[in-house]
Amino acid sequence: MSVFDAAKQAAQGLVQGVVQGAMEKLVPLAPDSWIPGGVPDPLIARKHGLIGKPVSRLDGVHKVSGTAAFAAEYRFDGMVYAALVYSTIPKGRIAAIDSAQAEAAPGVVLVMTHHNAPRLNPMPMFGSSPSAVGATDLPIMQDGVIHWNGQPVVCVLAETQEQADHAASLVHVTFDETPAVTSLAEAQANGVEQGQFMGAPLLDEVGDAEAAFAAAPHRVDQTYRTPRHNHNPIEPHAATLAWIGDRLVIHDASQMVTQQAQNMAQIFGLDPEQVHLTSPYVGGGFGSKGLWNHQVIGAAAAKLAGRPVRIALSREGVYRVVGGRAITQQRVAIGAKADGTFDALIHTGLSTMPPHGTMPEPFILGSQAMYGADTMLLKVEVGRMDTLANTFMRAPGEAVGTFALESAIDELADSLGIDPVELRIRNEPEKDPIKGTPFSSRHIVEAWRTGADRFGWADRPETPGSRRDGEWHVGMGCAMGTYPYYRMPGAEARITLTREGDTVRAKVEIAAAEMGMGTATTTAIVAAERLGLPLEQVDIAYGDSAIPGAIMAGGSQQTAAIGAAVIAAHNALVEELLKLAGNDSPLSGASADEVGSEAGGLARLDNPDAKETYVSILARAQRGDLSVTKAGSAPLETMHWSMHSYSALFCEVRVNAVTGEVRVSRFLGSFDCGRILNPKTALSQFRGGIIMGLGMALMEETQLDERNGRIANASMAEYHLPVHLDVPEIDVIWTDIPDPHAPMGAHGIGEIGITGVAAAVANAIYNATGKRIRDLPITLDKLL
Amino acid sequence: MSLFVNGAQVPAPTDPRVSLLDHLREGLHLTGTKKGCNQGACGACTVLVDGERILSCLALAVQFDGRQITTIEGLASEEGLHPLQAAFIEHDGFQCGYCTPGQICSAIGMAAEAQRGVPSHVTDDLGGTITLTREEIQERMSGNLCRCGAHNGIVEAIQAVLVEGVPA
Ligand code: FES
Ligand code: FES
Repeated sequence: MSVFDAAKQAAQGLVQGVVQGAMEKLVPLAPDSWIPGGVPDPLIARKHGLIGKPVSRLDGVHKVSGTAAFAAEYRFDGMVYAALVYSTIPKGRIAAIDSAQAEAAPGVVLVMTHHNAPRLNPMPMFGSSPSAVGATDLPIMQDGVIHWNGQPVVCVLAETQEQADHAASLVHVTFDETPAVTSLAEAQANGVEQGQFMGAPLLDEVGDAEAAFAAAPHRVDQTYRTPRHNHNPIEPHAATLAWIGDRLVIHDASQMVTQQAQNMAQIFGLDPEQVHLTSPYVGGGFGSKGLWNHQVIGAAAAKLAGRPVRIALSREGVYRVVGGRAITQQRVAIGAKADGTFDALIHTGLSTMPPHGTMPEPFILGSQAMYGADTMLLKVEVGRMDTLANTFMRAPGEAVGTFALESAIDELADSLGIDPVELRIRNEPEKDPIKGTPFSSRHIVEAWRTGADRFGWADRPETPGSRRDGEWHVGMGCAMGTYPYYRMPGAEARITLTREGDTVRAKVEIAAAEMGMGTATTTAIVAAERLGLPLEQVDIAYGDSAIPGAIMAGGSQQTAAIGAAVIAAHNALVEELLKLAGNDSPLSGASADEVGSEAGGLARLDNPDAKETYVSILARAQRGDLSVTKAGSAPLETMHWSMHSYSALFCEVRVNAVTGEVRVSRFLGSFDCGRILNPKTALSQFRGGIIMGLGMALMEETQLDERNGRIANASMAEYHLPVHLDVPEIDVIWTDIPDPHAPMGAHGIGEIGITGVAAAVANAIYNATGKRIRDLPITLDKLL
Repeated sequence: MSLFVNGAQVPAPTDPRVSLLDHLREGLHLTGTKKGCNQGACGACTVLVDGERILSCLALAVQFDGRQITTIEGLASEEGLHPLQAAFIEHDGFQCGYCTPGQICSAIGMAAEAQRGVPSHVTDDLGGTITLTREEIQERMSGNLCRCGAHNGIVEAIQAVLVEGVPA
């Protein structure tokens, strides 16, 4: 992607010193010695390269200049604008649609309803195939059936957005309503079922936990509640799309680029190659930037009207069309001995999803790997409600599950009179508590100790409610988080070396998404290091379905998936280069595993003086370029080891004794996430997660009107997010200990940040006030 | 009617319903100014009008006859990026970058307000000169939401340029 050229030049000044330092100390890098379960990725041993040095974002110049083009900022000639009309009932049928006035309104090109929409295949529902990413498989404008309050029922296309919006307001839809389940109590009364996640029941049993709990000398047993949440990326969901011949071109905002293109092809009965989807910039996603109704409706309307379409959801539209995180009600019961070690850990409860949904909020995932207990029972049940399908939101499961678990641990520590940090360390498991596999790299105790030191944990008031500063109660709390290391199969990397005079450029193409996590920059750093090239000679392309392979920016696994694919492609590149090098090369006779990349070429591992540059190899072979594409190895490492990111979180709050207002005055995250590749962007990932956790703790709640299943606060004025004044300076430290079993030694960092934060805040509030709030968000009315 | 955007005279919209934000983005193809909520709640659409920050989603384009509008596209000069733009990169004051143009324009408008002595909710001395403390910056920037959580980097970038006067 050439958009990086300008950014590269700007970044060059910042990184050049680092690069030169790196080039001086180079040792050859064996390309293929990292195998799952085998020898660690040789990049781990590199101490002087780019990895671990702070590098500014390569796309930064575009983002601060307004030249980064987001989905709703592409244009096609003859493009028209879409506006949607939404159902106002939760369940039933459309009785009648009166669109005469709308059709006659100025500028209107099309009014599409279920009567005239093209016939479409259902959306491939998550779990139905490896590439399926739909939250449901409900028909989209194919019949008059209503499944949730807010379902799009009419799409208006007009020459301008103003005309489309006005015409949409002139459409009159009447409904025949049928009884719907729109309250949690009703859903429970109708009976709950065992929750399934990724094809497996959300149920883990080790021994007889209920019996062990009943017999334990010390016990806590509490219920915790978390509300619905919405992702609220600042960029509303949008697509700009056109049918060009028999091809569909979509400029989308997507964190699953290839999969969405494939799914759209399936919905419209096309071959995958007929859909081209790009998404170079995504204005935040957090799990929400996937395939929803609007892209399908936009493409259908474009087809029907024969015009390119911009469908940009209003903020309210995002709440109506794009699902969020489901509500939970969780029981945590812990039985412990006097020394605090656990006899029983029980974490069970309820979440909801619609009849057409696939995803119960899996709030026990964190509990699977946090503590050793003699017996365990973890279980998610699900009740059905007639709402929009809920979906993945940053740390699905862990974010809300750790609120319950880590609050309960604090309650136990309090009742036992044991320091909560100490209590957690006493319950460190020796191996994976459920699977029994060894931990690949777990240094949470070190993270606890260094974090406690730095935060001044020893100064915590021992008695809750005992410290005052004027009218403010002051208190400290802590909590822990874990988030699994995943690496999804399907990732491929294409590396192309191009000779430019007496130098070479490398282009690395990956079908990844960049929503601001720093993926593009980190990928460039890792690729440069692996290829033995300076950063400014490496270009990264992503966010385009034409790139081979499929990678998802989800599950905090993208960096690992890319890393392994680049390792594989690098191996293949070395093999091809050796073939080209032939007998006249100093490398003659060497096999691929006997050479490594260094200083813009290859060198023998056993004799680094036997080397040849890429340029020289390509030139002698009279090649202008060389390109290889390779898929990453199968993710076997997670079968051998229990692999997770870990956090130890410390929070200080001030709670106003008069108003109940809570201010977070200090926060420290101490992380153990393997090797940190780019400290600058990693810091932002950690902080961003923590800040979303502060929102979850103190203010965020999607309010469902239980009378009619409609989201009542579908706006950014009424769904409160943390603003500048809510956010203290957040201190972040990390162990930086590489995991020998992960590419680059790195674990994911996108979701661990939010995990545990709400509990750390709630525990600090308890320490400050003596009030234990078990119901998020902790708004001031709950503290009065 | 004449509008001036980043120093150039530009056409006004023919439809009086068009917001300044939509006119910039759809009429003039200046998409650097972002739409986050279209209802005055997020600050992503912040632009400068004669040096004052406004929410362009809450303004009709036709209100601005003869006024000088500056957007993110108009901040860099021949010499390169505006110091705040460079500082946002240096301090990683963004992740996705979608709130960024609004944050930068807002910070420039805020600096002018402080210079004029306009107090904020956290100002102690309502008649005195304003020092842009960390808390003042946080309070005055609270109308610009950032869901990625780049708040610390944003405040650092602003402090570096507006308070310490150190272009990155
Ligand atoms: S778009 Fe104007 S304030 Fe949100
Ligand atoms: S950088 Fe993404 S919203 Fe601020």
